[in-house]
Amino acid sequence: MTKKLINDAGTVIEEMLAGIVAAHPRHVRLLDHSPRSLIAAGAPRAGKVGIVVGGGSGHEPGFLGYVGRGMADGAAVGNPFASPGPDPIVATTKAVHGGAGVLYIIGNYAGDVMNFEMAAELAELESIPTRTVIVTDDVASAPISEAGRRRGVAGAVFVFKAAGAAADMGRDLSGVAQAAEMANASVRTMGVALEPCSLPATLKHNFTLRPDELELGIGIHGEPGVERGPMRPADAVADAILDRVLAELDPPPGSEVAVLVNGMGGTPLMELYIIARHVLDRLSRRNLVIHRCLVGNFLTALEMAGCSVSVIKLNDELKVLLDYPAEPVLFRDF
Amino acid sequence: MDGIEEITPADFVALLRLVCQRIATEQDWLSELDRAIGDGDHGSSMARGWQAALDAVDALPAPLSFSAVCAAAARGFVNSAGGATGPLYATILMRGGAAVKDREVLDLGALASFFEAAGRGIRERGRSEPGDKTMLDAWLPAVAALDAAHANHKKLAAALNDAAEAAEKGAEATRQMAARLGRASRLGARSQGHIDPGAASAALLFRTFAQGVAEG
Repeated sequence: MTKKLINDAGTVIEEMLAGIVAAHPRHVRLLDHSPRSLIAAGAPRAGKVGIVVGGGSGHEPGFLGYVGRGMADGAAVGNPFASPGPDPIVATTKAVHGGAGVLYIIGNYAGDVMNFEMAAELAELESIPTRTVIVTDDVASAPISEAGRRRGVAGAVFVFKAAGAAADMGRDLSGVAQAAEMANASVRTMGVALEPCSLPATLKHNFTLRPDELELGIGIHGEPGVERGPMRPADAVADAILDRVLAELDPPPGSEVAVLVNGMGGTPLMELYIIARHVLDRLSRRNLVIHRCLVGNFLTALEMAGCSVSVIKLNDELKVLLDYPAEPVLFRDF
Repeated sequence: MDGIEEITPADFVALLRLVCQRIATEQDWLSELDRAIGDGDHGSSMARGWQAALDAVDALPAPLSFSAVCAAAARGFVNSAGGATGPLYATILMRGGAAVKDREVLDLGALASFFEAAGRGIRERGRSEPGDKTMLDAWLPAVAALDAAHANHKKLAAALNDAAEAAEKGAEATRQMAARLGRASRLGARSQGHIDPGAASAALLFRTFAQGVAEG
């Protein structure tokens, strides 16, 4: 049995959401008629494409943390590791529709894809046009020949950022979707787990690793990776990840990239920066220009220990979109 | 016992209620099947979904129609089951309901078209094909058995018994398959040797319909 700071496993989502709106009342609100819909304070904005993100909970600050000006206008919030149903997605869609349509950005998981697809059909009945961009950045989850089957993991943060900026600049629905698709096509991620996580309802580890083992290529719900191997020093872990990521991305010398070193929930910043140091060193030695580097917990798997590294190959347009100001709710109250 | 030959909307609700009870009874077994190759919540998702479906149907005003029952059940199911199970069963109910929406009662031909339309819905919603180790591998053999029974002028109860047997055989056959879709697909060959939980619960549905109709 694991230990968690909860009151009742059946109300963790409601209590978390109550905490978020109580802590950040100027930035977000919940819909009265749909308590699993978190909406940005300024939404909807007339003429702006609305962006709805969502998926299961347990990935905080993903996905609801990215609600805020310059990123998502709303999030539909599911149970731990389970997609929300169509109703909260449709309610969120209606609440952020400013007349220019709504873009859904979700990870590539069967439940999320089907529930957002049903929501899109229901939104269409209410004359709200939607588009959906499915994030597929995890190189470990399928070979490049089946890239459409890949899971969406921490690279989604760059996709939210690019789309959010494009929408804020006033691009239309297809222009915002195009920005999101460009970011998704340019980013690759791989993760590693040192320790498993446990769901509030079961308090049982969802997989097991021996003390001397790690799992490379792990998913953000503990899905199996590409290799279960011996525990090794941080630099060797970073190399194992970068070998896969760079083999595919293959950025030419002199090109610009952005990097995201993401904690899975149970790994201290100390370790993330040790990983970041080696990642940035190796990218620099490859004559790549680091345009931007993010280090922290951006898309987690409850208390899983481990990290992922995402690298995105930049062009002028993506640089502008990533540099555009944004105020996601869980990163703004300082 | 020969059972009934026509299903009224009230009979249909009674059959859905039997399915709900059967799923609740078997939910631990279904979750155990899911723990082997997925995230272990299939039994509880199905039980939650069916209960919400029946709650929504029970709130409907009389008189009942197949389309009202199916629409209410679908909406109830999808918003409480979560994951992939919710949209798949909601699609089954919506597409099946649309196929019989003008009927006041369902004979064998109409019931066959309900399940056939539902099967097409599963295929489209889940982007699945036979052999992918999903519920489709139980569903499509059951639909084929219903069609064959209809062509041979069988009684409704006998036809549904054929469908249940075909679904059970289909579910058992998923044991040999490697998953290509859903969370289990990440296991590849490691998913072989286990029955797909979605196929197992689909077979339970056909078996419960067969028993319910036989007992009138």
